[in-house]
Amino acid sequence: MLRMGCGAGFSSDRLEPAIELAQKGRLDVLVFETIGERTMAFGHRDRKLDSRRGYNPQLGARLRGVLPACRHHGTRIVTNMGVANVAAAGELTVAIARELGLDGLQVALVEGDDVTSSIGPDTVLVDNQGKTVAEVGRPVVGANAYLGIDAILPALETGADVVITGRVADPSLFLAPIVHRFGWATDDWPRLGQGTVVGHLMECGMQITGGYFADPGVKDVPRLADCGYPIAEVQADGAAIITKLADAGGAVTQRTVKEQLLYEVHDPASYLTPDVTADFSTARIEDHKGDRVGVSGATGRARPGTLKVTVGFDGGWLGEAGVSYAGTNAAARARLAAQILEERLGRHSGFAGRMRIDLVGLNALHATAHDDSRDSADVRVRVAMRAIQRDEIETMLWEVESLLCCGPAGGGGYRGQITPSVITHSALIPREMVEPSVRVLVA
Amino acid sequence: MSARTTTIPLHQIAHARAGDKGDISSISVWAYDPGDYPLIKAQLTASRIKAAFPRLIRGAVVRYELDHLHGLNFVLHEALEGGVNTSLGLDSHGKSWSYLVLGLAIEVPENRPMGRSGK
Repeated sequence: MLRMGCGAGFSSDRLEPAIELAQKGRLDVLVFETIGERTMAFGHRDRKLDSRRGYNPQLGARLRGVLPACRHHGTRIVTNMGVANVAAAGELTVAIARELGLDGLQVALVEGDDVTSSIGPDTVLVDNQGKTVAEVGRPVVGANAYLGIDAILPALETGADVVITGRVADPSLFLAPIVHRFGWATDDWPRLGQGTVVGHLMECGMQITGGYFADPGVKDVPRLADCGYPIAEVQADGAAIITKLADAGGAVTQRTVKEQLLYEVHDPASYLTPDVTADFSTARIEDHKGDRVGVSGATGRARPGTLKVTVGFDGGWLGEAGVSYAGTNAAARARLAAQILEERLGRHSGFAGRMRIDLVGLNALHATAHDDSRDSADVRVRVAMRAIQRDEIETMLWEVESLLCCGPAGGGGYRGQITPSVITHSALIPREMVEPSVRVLVA
Repeated sequence: MSARTTTIPLHQIAHARAGDKGDISSISVWAYDPGDYPLIKAQLTASRIKAAFPRLIRGAVVRYELDHLHGLNFVLHEALEGGVNTSLGLDSHGKSWSYLVLGLAIEVPENRPMGRSGK
């Protein structure tokens, strides 16, 4: 049996439950999954600004937190926290190991996912009606291929204590240690399909232990504030029990597992990864009670011939600003404020780009789904705008703030922020164009 | 046996989760009680979802069925204002789209046994 934990399911995931898992989970492997399409592009941006950055900003805190326990229990760490700068992440890891007195700690680096130099103006973007990179009309920030287990396995074979990657398919971070432990062939498609289901269930961390699930009175989750990260007990045939630390909050039930089974999945019979075309549609989910749920029966077919590439473009800036109205006639005052903003940003500032005004408290998140028909005594006018030129966003923020004195009665609580924006699209490239490599650093 | 029916929100008999990839939103819907799955499957069709939110979903809606797990998976194309990195919406991932679907009405027999829900 292989006992795996997940200590992060996204870039900003919680730290202290990961430390608890490292200390008490009796784990063989602890995985941190931290890359999304957005964070990948931000990694490139950070690296351009400072060649020593571009990895996950929480890498230091996470490794300082878990390395002592992992060393003590012989738990290997596998993580994509290298993001856009695996080399710098490796150097930092070695420095932290020395600082903690963990001399001799071995860190294997998986590189080769950065395919920015292989992307040209004529590269076709498969998710953008076949448009090319050139037709997006914005500078490419970086491009990364999703590597699979064939890139991670050589790193595990070095015996390294910590394996750091950049962009790899999320389930592959989990599948690689399973394949390594049980010696599966890398063309044993049915087993790789089942192992991919296990990886897919684990990759979002607490989304299978009660996070992103609770709905009070209907789907209650005990002690959600102290929710624990998941553990998978994987058998040699790939069947697994999903569970958590007994004293951690949260819940593992058939329902939490089902919701995660299809999370971000399209056709359950054809889930494409670099490793396999996984078939989740035959998966069996069995509740053994006590926060232990069995997952088995998934299968798979041959892997795709191409690798998916995420291409990140500089998207200019996103500005968001808001002002609130409360009490009697608040909704009418908020609507008046929205009208003023539309009029002034168009008439005085000449802004003709993309802007959206929401009335938070009346109908914001679902404003494009159904019409605003409710009333509220607590309404926030929220303006969002994207622009290539930062000064256009600054003008918008100024206009929203000016409502404090120049707008409807009783407007308060102005906040505004400007954040850099990236646009991401997908391309497919032949496997042969990607050459993953592994090197080992020793603390 | 009475043939009379009443309508309830889907939320009373099913749970759901939304995810995103690019401009595609995917929403899985699961019956709390396997006994309710056939009527959810019969009424919650892809065309119904598409028709319910015409401004939100600009592309096709495809439904996949996992009968043995009593779940449906809806794939909503062009449903995220271009995707998380281009949307101007507050919920740019469409995380809350699951509750749009759970707000749809389902017709159930009036004499349906009580107490079938998440509780």
